[in-house]
Amino acid sequence: MVEATLVLTPKDFKSEVKPTWCPGCGDFGVLSATYQSLASLKVPPDQTVIVSGIGCSSRFPHFMKTFGFHTVHGRALPLAQGLKMARPDLNVVAIGGDGDFFSIGVGHLIHAALRNIDITAIVMDNETYGLTKGQTSPTSPHGHVTKSTPYGLMASQFNPIATVLSLNVGFVARGFSSKPKEMAALIQQGVNHRGFAFIHVLSPCPTFYNTFDAWKATVTPVPADHDPTNRFKAMELAMETEHPYMGLFYKEERPTMDQAAQELAKKAKEFDIDRYMERYI
Amino acid sequence: MTNEVTIRIGGESGEGTISGGDILALASARWGYHVYTFRTFPAEILGGPCLFQVRIGDHPINSMGDYADVLICLNQEAYDRNVSDLRQGGVVIYDPSDFTPDINNFITYPIPFNEIARKEVQLFQTKNMVMLGAISGLFGPELEAITEVVESKLSKSRKANPLLMEKNLLALQVAQKYVTEQISKRDSYRLGPVDKANRVVLNGNQAVVAGALAAQCRYFAGYPITPASDIMEAMAKELPLVGGTFLQAEDEMAALASVLGASFGGLRAMTATSGPGFSLMTELISLASMTELPVVIVDAQRAGPSTGMPTKMEQSDLSFALHSGHGDTPRMIVAPANVADCYTLIIQAFNMAERYQMPVLFLTDQSLTARVESVDRSIFKPMQIEERLQFSANGHSNDASDASVNGHGSAGSVAEMAHSFARYAYTASGISPITTPGPGALAYTATGLEHNEHGHPDYEPEDHTAMMEKRFRKLDTAAEELPGPQRYGDADADIGIIGWGSTEGAIQEAVDRAREQGYKVASLHPKILSPLPDRTIRDFIRSVKKVIVPECNYSGQLANLLGAKYGLQAIRVNKFGGIPFTAGEILRSIEEVS
Repeated sequence: MVEATLVLTPKDFKSEVKPTWCPGCGDFGVLSATYQSLASLKVPPDQTVIVSGIGCSSRFPHFMKTFGFHTVHGRALPLAQGLKMARPDLNVVAIGGDGDFFSIGVGHLIHAALRNIDITAIVMDNETYGLTKGQTSPTSPHGHVTKSTPYGLMASQFNPIATVLSLNVGFVARGFSSKPKEMAALIQQGVNHRGFAFIHVLSPCPTFYNTFDAWKATVTPVPADHDPTNRFKAMELAMETEHPYMGLFYKEERPTMDQAAQELAKKAKEFDIDRYMERYI
Repeated sequence: MTNEVTIRIGGESGEGTISGGDILALASARWGYHVYTFRTFPAEILGGPCLFQVRIGDHPINSMGDYADVLICLNQEAYDRNVSDLRQGGVVIYDPSDFTPDINNFITYPIPFNEIARKEVQLFQTKNMVMLGAISGLFGPELEAITEVVESKLSKSRKANPLLMEKNLLALQVAQKYVTEQISKRDSYRLGPVDKANRVVLNGNQAVVAGALAAQCRYFAGYPITPASDIMEAMAKELPLVGGTFLQAEDEMAALASVLGASFGGLRAMTATSGPGFSLMTELISLASMTELPVVIVDAQRAGPSTGMPTKMEQSDLSFALHSGHGDTPRMIVAPANVADCYTLIIQAFNMAERYQMPVLFLTDQSLTARVESVDRSIFKPMQIEERLQFSANGHSNDASDASVNGHGSAGSVAEMAHSFARYAYTASGISPITTPGPGALAYTATGLEHNEHGHPDYEPEDHTAMMEKRFRKLDTAAEELPGPQRYGDADADIGIIGWGSTEGAIQEAVDRAREQGYKVASLHPKILSPLPDRTIRDFIRSVKKVIVPECNYSGQLANLLGAKYGLQAIRVNKFGGIPFTAGEILRSIEEVS
């Protein structure tokens, strides 16, 4: 057992399974930032669960020494929410990519936002389907040419930050895999936040859609004078897509569904089948 | 005078047909009779034809009855739709201001329901009370029995609307008096006195909820769907009262995913759905099977395909339940036959899920979800709860029989052991000790990818082969450990009947009636359909000359399974109109093959 007084280092979160990612993958940065932030937070690995979907980034739990659940495509969020509702004592982090969260599982994102269950979502967005070798994604830009859009993408680009802001998510941030220190700080804040925390991470795919240089040139820190309690201002920042902002967009703590459920259960009594059946006499 | 009567009420949805029927069934059961109900609803909330049928008697009743003895028509359409199910010489009750029946081979009693409600009671909504008062006066049960139920149902609104209670009770009395004075009784149906007994009166969905709570299910997630929504609503209300958690999910995939999350967290967890929702869940059934996590999924079957007939019964999800989920996916299937089973077998389903670390599908159907039965109260007692096999850090699991577990570290700190812990250790039973997140627990990652004993992704042919065998070995273990079905009827039968699910009562009643006529008949009704009790079924098939497999589906899904597994050439009897078998229909099939 890991005692709360024990000093945890990033190594305590690192499993013996070697990452399967391509050299230069942005996800390495997210992984080391996660090791770092969980160690700083002193969250015990035996009481932490990393839940993921399917995709390159969703291999994540295997590289962690915490409990993990590598689920099926799109379902990390509902599974993580069920776990947290059932076991509010655990730290639950849902992980996935843009396909998981913004395409096949986008319905779950909306409801996770509305429920405000105390989990942290980290979405590694590379604007492409890397694991299936480079088809278009909801966050790919309009006109994007891929093997599945040989004539250019005809749909609009999904805006994750603006979407979750519109759903009144209480913690909205964006990180960039090439800025692991800043990202570790955001993950720390996100895990500490009581309620649904959404961290959008720009994490380039060097193999199928290399946005590394483009993002390095355009990613801009959230202005120092931005008031993270101002949701309208945050929405303005979110709408800036040419120069994506990185940092904390919005933060507000509100009652969570898991707390409400715990409150309800406080008056609980042991089940007694004999008493229960009296209603059917 | 016979001490049994089957009363059918036909009317329009929304005019109190079902609620009136419910009161009749409850009042009869409370008075000491056995009851068995059958009902259909239109999918719409208001409007559309509906019917309520209750068979009432002084002896245990296991099927809906071949025919109605009494048909109460609240409008002409109800008469037109239902008269073919009325026994020759049965009773038709109608309101002469609506219509007059055109057939003469029934006993007819004209009763002005509408006029009594409107003029004498002066509240038209009491029409169903007028009907109940008339039933009581003509056939029983005593008006006092009905009055008690009505009083308890209306007691909550009494303060707000004292007039409502008064009018309802008045309607009962006026109608009873009317039939006593105005109708000269020409039929022989009259419920005689009966001893009160210690019984409870409830439907299949209610028994499932009672059983799940007794099985210590403490997490439920679901998505509304007919005819399973009652289970969700009851769990939403009851779970917080016992310290559990409820979640209404955004869809059925989310429902089962969140149930799987709760199970990973160590809770006994379930969801309930019907065919269309079950279809959506299948990717998660495959995941539950692969990650070896206990979950219970109730499929309240309804007539398909697609949206089909949401308010009608069918036993047409068996093939799907057997094969749902991609890949070779071990799962267990339990099919209750009656309301008592819904209680005892859902507890067993939880125990199986926990013991064998596998999804357990619980197949009820629309007729059983809504079927109200009077059940001996002693059935509803606490039952033994099976715990999942826990791995403990000192190297011993909580099951001495599985001491052969290998692969766990024996020295070093917990942190070092984490992820070297063999969550999916190869064992003789196939069951591997599990851990649950919490202080001191050894961590592992559950994954839908093929994995080695440690849960790490592994695609080696040897690993996949060994893991497939390990996962399926649990079914062999279960087949040895689980109780088999009991033969019903003659030991030296010529004709055997194999059925499943809610048809058991009709089949057994048919067996009884056939034996009275001199036929040699026996039936077998397996309630666990995966794994099937191979030996019991083979012995049964060998012991008879012919096997009839009656099923409420088109393709003969159990017959197909028995054919594939045991080479059985069954005589298939299929009914697929959305309505359950009567005992008479099965009896006819016995007579035909003899």
